[in-house]
Amino acid sequence: MELLINIFVNGLATGMLIFLLAAGLTLIFGLMDVLNFAHGGLFVWGAFAAVWTYTATDSFMLAILGALLTGVVLGFVTEKLIIAPVYGNHVQQILITLGFMLVLTEMIKVVFGPNQLAAGVPSYLAGSFEIGDVILIKYRLFIIVTGFVVFALIQFILKRTKIGLIVRAGVLNKDMVQALGIHIKKVFLYTFIAGAALAAFGGALMAPYSGVVYAEMGLEFGILAFIVVVIGGMGSLPGSLFAAILVGLAGSFMAYYVPDLSLAVNMILMAIVLIFRPQGLFAARG
Amino acid sequence: MANLLEMRNVHTYIGEYHILQGVDFTASAGQVSVLLGRNGAGKTTTLKTIMGLHPAKSGTILFEGKPIEKLSTHKIARSGLGYVPEDQGIFSTLTVEENIRVAMRDQSDATAKRINYVLELFPDLKKFWKKNGGNLSGGQKQMLSMARAFIQDSRLLLIDEPSKGLAPVVIGKVIEAIHELKKQSTIVLVEQNFRMASKVGDTFTLIDDGRTVHTGEMGYLIENEEMKRKYLGIG
Ligand SMILES: Nc1ncnc2c1ncn2[C@@H]1O[C@H](COP(=O)(O)OP(=O)(O)OP(=O)(O)O)[C@@H](O)[C@H]1O
Ligand SMILES: [Mg+2]
Repeated sequence: MELLINIFVNGLATGMLIFLLAAGLTLIFGLMDVLNFAHGGLFVWGAFAAVWTYTATDSFMLAILGALLTGVVLGFVTEKLIIAPVYGNHVQQILITLGFMLVLTEMIKVVFGPNQLAAGVPSYLAGSFEIGDVILIKYRLFIIVTGFVVFALIQFILKRTKIGLIVRAGVLNKDMVQALGIHIKKVFLYTFIAGAALAAFGGALMAPYSGVVYAEMGLEFGILAFIVVVIGGMGSLPGSLFAAILVGLAGSFMAYYVPDLSLAVNMILMAIVLIFRPQGLFAARG
Repeated sequence: MANLLEMRNVHTYIGEYHILQGVDFTASAGQVSVLLGRNGAGKTTTLKTIMGLHPAKSGTILFEGKPIEKLSTHKIARSGLGYVPEDQGIFSTLTVEENIRVAMRDQSDATAKRINYVLELFPDLKKFWKKNGGNLSGGQKQMLSMARAFIQDSRLLLIDEPSKGLAPVVIGKVIEAIHELKKQSTIVLVEQNFRMASKVGDTFTLIDDGRTVHTGEMGYLIENEEMKRKYLGIG
């Protein structure tokens, strides 16, 4: 029983980290119709920025802020230089964002050195709770709670604010949104920056969870996030949360019971969904 | 009468296709100007070109005397044009209320007044205020789309085939609505249903194969059986 709970909590925490990455990705796709294969690069930059700031200041809050700031700046630059010129052309988007992903990964090595960095957990989030025989690692619970809070916050923005309303309308019909006098390119930029900040935030939370950060982790998590977006339905936030948890749990249970399949399980999940519901589990558009 | 909108020798490409090959069109303030022509003539493309959704490649489009053909769509809309597209452009998973709110530019009394006005004109919208736009009937979607364009205080409304797919009684209501909206705003109407066009239109412009072929008072077209037969296949 303790074992099951631990595998469950572990899977849920991993799922939440993937969700932070997938949330931005799915909105960027749903609204802007942009396939961004560089999204994992924003995640890894967030992770390194957080570790670097944490080492320098010993403050986890500052580390998070550092990551968010990195996400915002990189998001702005990426949208303006890489994404904006290729709106409406998926092939070009795939090529240029994949290329940029490699650049972001290599730049990590240039800026932070070629080796992986160790990442610590702040003392107030270290350790565990014991409930009977069950030992629950605090930091994992922290990630899970944070993930749900972020989900609720994004849902609040989407459902209760004017900008959120415009984003939802834009996912459905971009031409009409513009014909109503809304400068959609600006909304694209804000959405992209928000997505980048979320990815960087995910990276910052990931670092103490895995204990180390390395340049290639962006590629690994970026792929997981894409799988999640496809399973959940491109453009659907609840779909991404559901699929991220599914992928997190599947990975965690498989790693324990059928380790040989633990890497393949996500691909299998995605294949099954694509066969039976090609639009994803929660399609955003009709 | 002053020309609110004036298109001169407008050419538009969609991808590599040369769709509009010289459209001339004017809409006079306070009138209903009807764009007519057979299927595929280029009526919808003309409206999309005015809105900048398929930008003009050459030619000029003046709105209140100022060129708008190079502006992006949101700026064209903000300069005072409202668009009711052929498919109504309703945000299907947004409620009626949210569809209206997307269109609201401010919280002013003037906007509130216009919203009250359209809700009075289209009581169904009030009735289904919290219903998803996608679940409305065809006629109700048409009303919602017109309401949305109207509350922006547009001085010119571009309405694309509002009678399409509607039952005759509902078409009657749309005609009434257009007569009512005409008191507040100038209207450009694309209409295949000639009965409707002749009932609400003041002037007509005939488009054929992407070109303006005729323009005049509606009364002239009503009398001209040959022109109707040649360009509209009726009469
Ligand atoms: N996206 C597009 N790509 C290529 N050709 C298009 C596109 N949209 C429209 N066309 C072509 O442009 C021409 C004009 O189309 P348009 O929709 O403006 O006609 P219309 O007068 O509105 O017709 P209808 O009465 O059927 O609505 C048609 O020949 C159509 O096939
Ligand atoms: Mg048409």
